[in-house]
Amino acid sequence: MKTLILAEHDGQQLSPALRQAVTAAKFWNAPIHVLVAGNASNAIAQQAAAIAGVECVLHADAVYLAHPLAEDVSKLIVSIASEYQVILAAHSSFSRNILPRAAALLDVAMISDVLEIKADNTYVRAVYAGNIHTTIQSVDAVQVLSIHSSNFAAAALGGNAEVVAVAAPAAFGKTRWVAETRVQSDRPALSSAKVVVSGGRSLGSAEKFDQVLTPLAAKLGAALGATRAAVDAGYAPNEIQVGQTGVAVAPELYIAIGVSGAVQHTAGMKDSRIVVAINQDPDAPIFQVADYGLVADLFEAVPALTSAIQ
Amino acid sequence: MKILVAVKRVVDYNIKVRIKPDGSDVDIDGVKMSVNPFDENAIEEALRLKEQGKATEVVAVSLGTAANQDVLRHALAMGVDRAILVETDTKLQALGVAKLLKAVVEREQPDLIILGKQAIDDDAGQAGQMLAALLDYPQGTFISALSIEGNEAVVTREVDGGTEQLALSLPAVITADLRLNEPRFVKLPNLMMARKKPIETISASELGVDAAPRLKLLQASEPPVRKPGIKVGSVAELLSKLRTHEGIQL
Repeated sequence: MKTLILAEHDGQQLSPALRQAVTAAKFWNAPIHVLVAGNASNAIAQQAAAIAGVECVLHADAVYLAHPLAEDVSKLIVSIASEYQVILAAHSSFSRNILPRAAALLDVAMISDVLEIKADNTYVRAVYAGNIHTTIQSVDAVQVLSIHSSNFAAAALGGNAEVVAVAAPAAFGKTRWVAETRVQSDRPALSSAKVVVSGGRSLGSAEKFDQVLTPLAAKLGAALGATRAAVDAGYAPNEIQVGQTGVAVAPELYIAIGVSGAVQHTAGMKDSRIVVAINQDPDAPIFQVADYGLVADLFEAVPALTSAIQ
Repeated sequence: MKILVAVKRVVDYNIKVRIKPDGSDVDIDGVKMSVNPFDENAIEEALRLKEQGKATEVVAVSLGTAANQDVLRHALAMGVDRAILVETDTKLQALGVAKLLKAVVEREQPDLIILGKQAIDDDAGQAGQMLAALLDYPQGTFISALSIEGNEAVVTREVDGGTEQLALSLPAVITADLRLNEPRFVKLPNLMMARKKPIETISASELGVDAAPRLKLLQASEPPVRKPGIKVGSVAELLSKLRTHEGIQL
């Protein structure tokens, strides 16, 4: 039996997390196939073929797959599923939408956001906003899972997998893609940034959030993040929310500014290599997860930090 | 239009759960339980559609033991028209939930089914997608805006890096993000009145569904803790630590 990975892309580029998913897939010691679904997506299939360890790229290309819907991609997965014992993807809003639907069609459970693979059917995953880890074993014949990418190393490039066209099943037809908005930013993508500068409600307003954090993020080449409190208060857009219900990040350096450190937030950043917290409240829970804590007025400390960085 | 809302009973979001001494599971005995926060958004959205005259009836359903009556009473107090309890002792997982809900959908024939996008206990985020799969319905997940236009639900999905709009032919399944709305507070008189309202109880076995768990919990454990950090006294000290101890170029 083989292992299938569902690839995510934006129409131009593969999601870099596919390389982490390939590393996770190697656990099963079975041939690794990657499924790329898209429209005019040859270049993306070729990018997947260049990942070392991938034996074959299955390429489904159709006009209606330009914006891949869960309804269509889940049926595509099911149409080829009989060859696979394991079906996985990197955990993201893309895979969270599609894989549960595919799992239900296959009448198997899905294991979301796997932190560690213990055995070929046994996994560690977090529950209760990361407060508890559970080790669970699936009794199903087919394992469907998404992996917590930052816990897996990226597979090397230099592969030369065969690309094979697969037929896309008839379009579902009852769901119509209408539009999308993508945040245009010259900052790196939040989920894969090496440095993240994150702000909480103490920033006080959208203007101050921008004035205080953007210059620091620009100097560090960092992505901006925010707590749910800051997003709900309207200081920052929803898509940069870090935490249980937002994006999980694990950068080299995470700088939490005016962040209290609720578990719902720390669930999404505690895998960062180094955490720096700047907060006026010495008892803020963020200091319990920070490697370096600075108790200070952020409106003085952050500009000082920004100007001290070369 | 008839709307079915699924309501899960979970440990209240303010409670820090603990593990049983033998590490076999989390210990939720005697802990305060509440409606899953995302499901409150689901209820609220259904009620707003009714208030706008788009929906004619809102039905809440919960799956579990008789204890789940409290979350259904909460839904009734918020304003749903009817409540159904599917009674089972099985420790349900997402696939079993989807199968039971499918059976309820077949009985109730709603035009729209709204669930929370995830439950704050297991954080799986699967039940809505699985239900849509089993029904072969369109799905709109992680929704922050919804409007009913003709025979379509037009939804805005919160996705990594932005948003996406989809138009779903009804009947459809959608899952609510916290951003969808601000759930109303339940007033005490409404809560008192809700205590008197009937809750229809269906035994899960009556529905003829195999909702047995597929995932076996082997162990629950504390997550690894980060090594204790230090407090620095100034921006200069912070920079020097990052540069010299951590080798970060700043």
